[in-house]
Amino acid sequence: MIQIENVSLSYREVPILSDITLSLGKGGITALVGPNGAGKSTLLSLIARLQPLQTGRILVDSLPVNSTASRILARRLAILRQGGAIASRLTVRQLVGFGRFPHHQGRPCAGDIAAVEAALEQFELQALAERFIDTLSGGQRQRAMVAMTFCQGTDYLLLDEPLNNLDMFHARQLMRSLRTIADERQRTAIIVLHDINQAATYADRIVAMRDGRVIADGTPATVLTEDNLEAVFGYRMQIRQIDGTPLVLQHL
Amino acid sequence: MTDIRTSGKWMTKLAACAAFVMLVILSIFIGAGEFSPWQAIHDPAALQLFFASRLPRTVAAALTGAALSIAGLIMQALVRNRFVEPSTAGTAQSAALGILIMTLVFPAASLAMKTLFASILALLGTSIFMMTAHRLPPAQPYLVPLFGLVYGGVIGAVVTFVGWQTELLQFIDIWTNGEFSGVVRGRYELLWGTALMAAIAWWVADRLTVLSLGRDVSIGLGLSYQRTLQLGLVIVSAISALTVVIVGIIPFVGLVVPNLVSRILGDNLRGTIPWVGLSGATLVLGCDVLGRLLRYPYEIPVATVMGVVGAILFLRLMFTRATHA
Repeated sequence: MIQIENVSLSYREVPILSDITLSLGKGGITALVGPNGAGKSTLLSLIARLQPLQTGRILVDSLPVNSTASRILARRLAILRQGGAIASRLTVRQLVGFGRFPHHQGRPCAGDIAAVEAALEQFELQALAERFIDTLSGGQRQRAMVAMTFCQGTDYLLLDEPLNNLDMFHARQLMRSLRTIADERQRTAIIVLHDINQAATYADRIVAMRDGRVIADGTPATVLTEDNLEAVFGYRMQIRQIDGTPLVLQHL
Repeated sequence: MTDIRTSGKWMTKLAACAAFVMLVILSIFIGAGEFSPWQAIHDPAALQLFFASRLPRTVAAALTGAALSIAGLIMQALVRNRFVEPSTAGTAQSAALGILIMTLVFPAASLAMKTLFASILALLGTSIFMMTAHRLPPAQPYLVPLFGLVYGGVIGAVVTFVGWQTELLQFIDIWTNGEFSGVVRGRYELLWGTALMAAIAWWVADRLTVLSLGRDVSIGLGLSYQRTLQLGLVIVSAISALTVVIVGIIPFVGLVVPNLVSRILGDNLRGTIPWVGLSGATLVLGCDVLGRLLRYPYEIPVATVMGVVGAILFLRLMFTRATHA
């Protein structure tokens, strides 16, 4: 379980997060949605100890993130940030293999190699395995990065806009893969998503944020109402129900 | 297609090994003093020449080339920029400043002490460069090497100014213009320290590769980012200081060799460090042999030859795109 207690953060007097308290249970997919600048990415990077906490505290399985050894946390949670350009010429297999680094510190065993192969297969990267990542398209590179994060084999996966650069086929594929690992292996995924319908379809829980605060929190059916969406995104959109899942006509 | 590519890689690796062995042999048998394989077996005086001069010189050139290339590779991983190397980013100049200060303040200090102090100043100078480089906008990769050039130039100017004021300009030339003609038995053994540094670099190669993926990825993978950065800085600084003290600054090696190897083998340091080292040793040996042959029996300093050869290789790198393999 990830517990976020009274977390606030400001950057040069500008508040980014204001007194966030959230509890994210083990298992399932939680989608963070909200307009640009809502503080979603900041919250994710605070959970993943990429930034120091200013006030409040965050616990991952009762381990405080700001005082637990980074190596121990790396076996519990993995994070993929957006736009993390990799300039190194590594092959896809090497890159995905570095996801195992927290487990072997540079001396991979048979289990690590098997995990890499499984991740390559899961994200259909076998054909690209020996290619250098600087020769791939944006979407292929994104898939390789997701595979690396997945390969870390942690209970918690924090993904910041993982659907960036992905075409419809691979976006759907990625969400289905996440659903599979959440259902079959009881992994927990916390994802920043901009496509609200992906969130509606695949997430168990949606946390909607705006201006550093949580506006709505609950199952897709309870969060995705016209009033809530207007409060978060600033305009009214129509919602249809398809087989019990809300479909937001965000583009109209 | 994969087969052609892999066999191509092996051909390149084999060629690199062959070139290295050939240059070692050439380096041993070329020089002003007469020395042939026949004499090596029968003439004790010739053997003396071999152990006192030819062998030390060859070993020194190989060690220097390998170490400088590996230092360049590590620096590029630390800064995450392909166009930096110790001799163009203030590291070598800071080391030269260090020896200059030692020569002025403690002229009686041993070579090892001078090297240690030079390493400390190199570390300091490189740390300042790194702190500044990390603040430069990442969207403009050429700013970092440009800043490095200016920064190294300023420190170099301080060295020259102090040297001029204290009438030590001749010494400064020895440190800033690398050459191997002064290398004889008893005067180069400290260079083995660079081999130790290269070995440490290979030992922590995976950590350095993770570091090159950036701060966020490093922390996400549980790497102690700051400590690895510091270790890398120590390796780079020690290699620079050792080579500056014993051989002098040699430009371009740390820049072109890692880039050329990266084109073919990529950036997974565990696999590339040995090849970067071997290629660097080959290049510096080659330039030293060339410098001995061009005006035989006189010599051209290796730094001068490398200035020309390195510049040509660098231009080639700039004008040919990476092969998409």
